[in-house]
Amino acid sequence: MTALLDRKLLFVTGKGGVGKSTIAASLGLLAAEQGKRTLVCEVDAKGNLADFYEAGETAFAARELQPDLWAMSMNTEESLKEYLSLQLKIPLLAKIGPLARTFDFIANAAPGVKEILTIGKVAWEVKERHYDLVVVDSVASGHIIGQLTAPQGINELVQVGMVRNQTQWMLDILTDPAQTGVVIVSAPEEMPVAETIELAERLNTETQVDLAAVVVNRVLPELFTEREEALFDSLRSPERVEALTAAAGGDVTPVLDAAELAVTLRRTRAGHLATLRGALDPALPLIYVPYLFTRSHGARATRKVAEMLSEEL
Amino acid sequence: MAANSRKAEPAPSTGTPTERARTLEQLLATKEIVISCGSGGVGKTTTAAAAAAMAATHLGGKVLVLTVDPAKRLANALGLERFGNVETRVPDSAFAAAGIEPRGELWAAMLDTKQSWDDLIARHAPDTKTREAILANSIYQNISGRFVQSHDYIAMERLYEIHSSGTYDLIVVDTPPTRNAIDFLEAPDRMADFFSSKLLRWLTAPSKSRVMNFASKPFYTVADRILGSQFLADIAEFFGLFQAMAPGFVERADAVTKILADKRTTFVVVSTLEAAPLHEAEFFIDALDERKLHLGALVLNKVLPAYLRRTATTGVAKRLCADADELAASVPDAGDAADTARVLATIGESFLNYQVVAKREAEQRASLARTPDVVAAVPYFDADIHDLAGLLQLGDQIWR
Ligand SMILES: Nc1ncnc2c1ncn2[C@@H]1O[C@H](COP(=O)(O)OP(=O)(O)OP(=O)(O)O)[C@@H](O)[C@H]1O
Ligand SMILES: Nc1ncnc2c1ncn2[C@@H]1O[C@H](COP(=O)(O)OP(=O)(O)OP(=O)(O)O)[C@@H](O)[C@H]1O
Ligand SMILES: [Mg+2]
Ligand SMILES: [Mg+2]
Repeated sequence: MTALLDRKLLFVTGKGGVGKSTIAASLGLLAAEQGKRTLVCEVDAKGNLADFYEAGETAFAARELQPDLWAMSMNTEESLKEYLSLQLKIPLLAKIGPLARTFDFIANAAPGVKEILTIGKVAWEVKERHYDLVVVDSVASGHIIGQLTAPQGINELVQVGMVRNQTQWMLDILTDPAQTGVVIVSAPEEMPVAETIELAERLNTETQVDLAAVVVNRVLPELFTEREEALFDSLRSPERVEALTAAAGGDVTPVLDAAELAVTLRRTRAGHLATLRGALDPALPLIYVPYLFTRSHGARATRKVAEMLSEEL
Repeated sequence: MAANSRKAEPAPSTGTPTERARTLEQLLATKEIVISCGSGGVGKTTTAAAAAAMAATHLGGKVLVLTVDPAKRLANALGLERFGNVETRVPDSAFAAAGIEPRGELWAAMLDTKQSWDDLIARHAPDTKTREAILANSIYQNISGRFVQSHDYIAMERLYEIHSSGTYDLIVVDTPPTRNAIDFLEAPDRMADFFSSKLLRWLTAPSKSRVMNFASKPFYTVADRILGSQFLADIAEFFGLFQAMAPGFVERADAVTKILADKRTTFVVVSTLEAAPLHEAEFFIDALDERKLHLGALVLNKVLPAYLRRTATTGVAKRLCADADELAASVPDAGDAADTARVLATIGESFLNYQVVAKREAEQRASLARTPDVVAAVPYFDADIHDLAGLLQLGDQIWR
């Protein structure tokens, strides 16, 4: 199987809030630092990719944030304009004034148009070999199937016309596991795990796009071995708490409570992890990223996660 | 209590300001519709179900929770595994298992977008032939299943339908995980816009006049070239079928919009204390305000315990890390001293780690610009909430 960062196009998806942007940003940073010319593209109009690099706002036009690392934000309207001028060589562009107002209507009326403009743009960057790797901070699990199958859907719905002619090369790129892969970001919690399993299944049955890896984000540390845990439990007896409190110069109860909370949280999560592992193809790479106990989540956290990913990859 | 003061008023919907609710209990006693909303994964479904369970338990009457995508075990606990779209009563045995005798009835339904769309078509279609034609149309199937906003709209539509039936004293509505929580506020308007749009008129005009009227406009030329005239014709046919129902749809969407603004409706915004969801919550609170919709409560979910923030304990935790060996020696008849030292250092470090997060959460909370009268914090439970007992336990945290 092609190593993750040796592919050309990665779609990072997962349940809302699990860490898609964190992982996409970190994968992009890691690839760039390995000398790959990398584009990170956020698909969400309201996205916050810029926060993860702290290097200024991102726009539809890709911008180089640091050597080999480029970033852009998807805008389907801009994408349509670019598509028309670059690929269809439609010269009227400057004159399509009402485009902005009417675009929403046509995009809503014709299912798949917005999706195809998104997929088309990133696939185009791959086709033209503008970058070694394009990482897409993609839509959440609920919408990714619709996005990935848009070229296929358009192919079926639209019998003739230019769009149809344009979908074949997209399909060629999307369905080639050496080039394209999906990365599902998950977390060791009930709903993210359930969604990951469901999405892995749907990718397999409803699309021809390869699932490249599952990243389990926010994994809590295992505090104790079994023996240490027994010891920890014994520390909770009143006379020991009292002795420790005296020796430490302050009440140790909150510290013990916090450790107990950490142990139980880890334990319930371990159950969800086991469910996830059991449901996925054993050959599929599972990458673990620990929970970061940091004050803020900007460029420093992105770098830290990139380092952790590099150890795991 | 607010429930009594309500009697003094002519009618709940006339706009007379009610006594301000200070607790969720007071709030729910005066409302008929509660909409739970917020960023993805924060606990909207859990909060909606918990609020409904509490209302059924303590306020009585017939209470319905309309959920969107409950976790499997929660759905099972509510008896929804088989019924989906159909409203189902949560059996008293489920309450009994939680050791509770409810004053009222708890009902639950799960929103099935596709099914609800089909029902809607059935209701608005002028005749069987049109209905069958629409249901079989591939573009309709695409739109009802995938049309991104269809989910938001149908939730509000379903709410309207159920509320108009007058079957329930209180309906608690869960909302779908949208990126923009306001999407569903705007869904009815957008739906009305859509069905009365210029594009629709253009698409449904006979194709000859379409060419005549629009051939000169570059946009439509482009649309024809890009999508192909066949596809446009398909769409036109679909919308042609739909057109007969457009007035009904527009009227309906207007009615749905009105119910959101009704005095009997309130919104409960749910968030965790993480930056992104909270930002979304604040944005949403402003959006409610702008639209003059009623913000009833803010539920801060999965909040870490307050003891983690104690500054006095910071020093203790640091000592456990730094002087673990020394402190291990002070523990009466502990086993292996090296083991004990390691455990002490570990728990000290773990406390400091969680403290960073707890303090960050507290800062986030303090920075909230605008909050409603009712703000409730729900602790991070150490296990998932998947039965009535769990819901009621969560409910106790927000009720009074
Ligand atoms: N490993 C981690 N440890 C601790 N916090 C994390 C970790 N990964 C992500 N986070 C935090 O979780 C929050 C959500 O992360 P992120 O924005 O990457 O998620 P997302 O899936 O892109 O969300 P959305 O669905 O809103 O786009 C952020 O505040 C982020 O800093
Ligand atoms: N206070 C809490 N402590 C621990 N776990 C919780 C708490 N509140 C909710 N959960 C768990 O978090 C998960 C997500 O909750 P829930 O499904 O209610 O969120 P949601 O906002 O409806 O998500 P979605 O946006 O996907 O619809 C569930 O597994 C639930 O059991
Ligand atoms: Mg994101
Ligand atoms: Mg939900």
